[in-house]
Amino acid sequence: MRAPESGRGGASGLGVEAGREAAIDEGLAVADAMSRAAGLGWRKLTFLPAVLVVGLLCTWLWFRHADLDPLSENALSNGQVWKALRQHIELTVISTFFVLVIAIPLGILLTRGAFRRAAPVAMTFANMGQATPAIGLLALLVIWLGIGRKAALIGIIAYAVLPVLSNTIAGLKANDPTLLEAARGIGMSPLGVLGRVELPLAVPLILAGVRTALVLNVGTATLATFGGGGGLGVLITTGITNQRMPVLVLGSILTVALALLVDWLASLAELLLSPRGLETGSG
Amino acid sequence: MSETSGTPSEQPRTVGDRSAERAATGATIRLESLTKRYPGSSDPAVDSVDMEINAGELVVLVGPSGCGKSTTLKMINRLIEPTGGRIRIGGEDVTHMDPVKLRRKIGYAIQSSGLFPHMTVAQNIGLVPKMIGWPKARIAARIEEMLDLVGLDAGEFRGRYPRQLSGGQQQRVGVARALAADPPVLLMDEPFGAVDPITRDHLQDELIRLQHELHKTIVFVTHDFDEAIKLGDRIAVLRERSHIAQFDTPEAILTNPADDFVSGFVGAGAALKRLNLTRVRDVEITDYPTVTVDDSLQEIVSRVRSSGTNEILLLDRQGRPYKWLRRGDLMRARGSLARAGTPVHDTVTRDGTLRDALEAVLIDNAGRVVVTGRRGEYTGVVDMATLMNSVQEMLEADRLDAMEHQHDLEGAAGGEGEA
Repeated sequence: MRAPESGRGGASGLGVEAGREAAIDEGLAVADAMSRAAGLGWRKLTFLPAVLVVGLLCTWLWFRHADLDPLSENALSNGQVWKALRQHIELTVISTFFVLVIAIPLGILLTRGAFRRAAPVAMTFANMGQATPAIGLLALLVIWLGIGRKAALIGIIAYAVLPVLSNTIAGLKANDPTLLEAARGIGMSPLGVLGRVELPLAVPLILAGVRTALVLNVGTATLATFGGGGGLGVLITTGITNQRMPVLVLGSILTVALALLVDWLASLAELLLSPRGLETGSG
Repeated sequence: MSETSGTPSEQPRTVGDRSAERAATGATIRLESLTKRYPGSSDPAVDSVDMEINAGELVVLVGPSGCGKSTTLKMINRLIEPTGGRIRIGGEDVTHMDPVKLRRKIGYAIQSSGLFPHMTVAQNIGLVPKMIGWPKARIAARIEEMLDLVGLDAGEFRGRYPRQLSGGQQQRVGVARALAADPPVLLMDEPFGAVDPITRDHLQDELIRLQHELHKTIVFVTHDFDEAIKLGDRIAVLRERSHIAQFDTPEAILTNPADDFVSGFVGAGAALKRLNLTRVRDVEITDYPTVTVDDSLQEIVSRVRSSGTNEILLLDRQGRPYKWLRRGDLMRARGSLARAGTPVHDTVTRDGTLRDALEAVLIDNAGRVVVTGRRGEYTGVVDMATLMNSVQEMLEADRLDAMEHQHDLEGAAGGEGEA
């Protein structure tokens, strides 16, 4: 930094020096806090997988020594557990994919100029999707589309669009308008402002919505079995209808474990995808 | 625009001592009955502004809140689309050109810097050069150059994020970003409004220095009249709907405000404010007898006797003022000068303003202040009497100028009327 060109020497100059040094110290302190926050995050991130591994290990040991009757054996043999788990993951992944493809572009569109007025209407629809009991919606869809994975998927998607949509809109609206004006002012095209400034700054909120949607989807995917969509719900319903505790417990534990795992992965994604430089301050 | 922007031969103001490697000095800006009318309101927000800003000039738009000064500024880069009138930059009509292309040729700096928090300092500065397609190496070099220009160490600050900087540092980066693509025109919307007074003062000095080097055409918006006086080559005092109350040099506005609105805005103490406009080097600096610490006591005593003054200034080995020595001090010194005399506390540089000098003189118990050069070396002394004389002469000269100016205007108006 340069010394002032004009002005008095002596005390005022020293004051400026001190002020600047304080500012630099402040900057260093901020950087320090940032690295500490990241460290804390990593410790939190290793805790959950450890709990999951222990939990699943206990379940596995219990099943090795459990006395299973033929009905239970039948429900769990021939890799049916793996099949259910695989179906469940597929349902979650596919539905989440479509939720993102629908909700994020829709959210962006609803914050652009002329479409801004349509936002309340769209939000009402999204709200209806979530307010409807998932199982009721699924039953209606099955009547309309027939039994199968398609009906199940549509039900799951309708249920999870809201959090992503509302968070996308909220994230884009939360951006400081003077910052966006600055972006336009230095010559960014509207698309450039969106891609380089608005979306990156909204990423933390959008990701939070995605995380909610993912966890919701793991949960609602257990209902897919009623529409013939498969998934871990099959184990749970079999356990209930045949009154076989081990089958029910296994289905439930796997669902819970999957939901926690997915949530953990999403938090990992939040940590990695959130733009740097936002960790401190009000953002 | 860069082709049409004033070549030095056309624009005498931009001819300077600087090397000629960078061509993009200022361009003229002309606003022709520029108007902004918002739908649904009967009165226009900006009503038919005409203004001509010369190349390389720093013009400050100043006025009360809501007078439309910001709106006027934003119409120049068409962040706000004018509803009437024309904008010409460097002779080219830009009223209907692609606003995105236009803005890439106009630097823009705003309050609280407007830096993007998710981009590093280097990314922020490199944005515009990247958009207009500079090669990577050139952008990297430019980022370094710009950080150096605004007085930040490139190695230290390049990789930082805006939130890791102090307010003043952010503002410097904001200015660096605005200047990165070397635009001929720079628009600044209350850029120093959100920093503390000490930093603001410092940033203003830096801007003056920058402008001295770069000769951009700068339009600067502020509501702080003192800031306007300090920075502006000319000041446009705006009243509501951006009507120009007076558009003139700071000296003219201070000594000869056009009407009650302007004098109200200038506020009390116009004469004191006038002191900010003159530098110490412009007034008479008297020479004082000096001795150095290497001189022997006998030499010093004889020097005081021969000088005929009551006091003498003792300089250190680098020629910097150290102590004032009175005759009595020398009598009592008894062979050693270590404890004799009064140390020099306060000095002003030749670049300091008369206001700085006056303040130092008022504080000093003998009513004088030592003037120093760039390295702190002694160059002379300014005292109360000199200051008083200079101020009187200055105000008188201003008054004469203003009268002459008014006379010219009337003459011109009369001439036009006859023709």
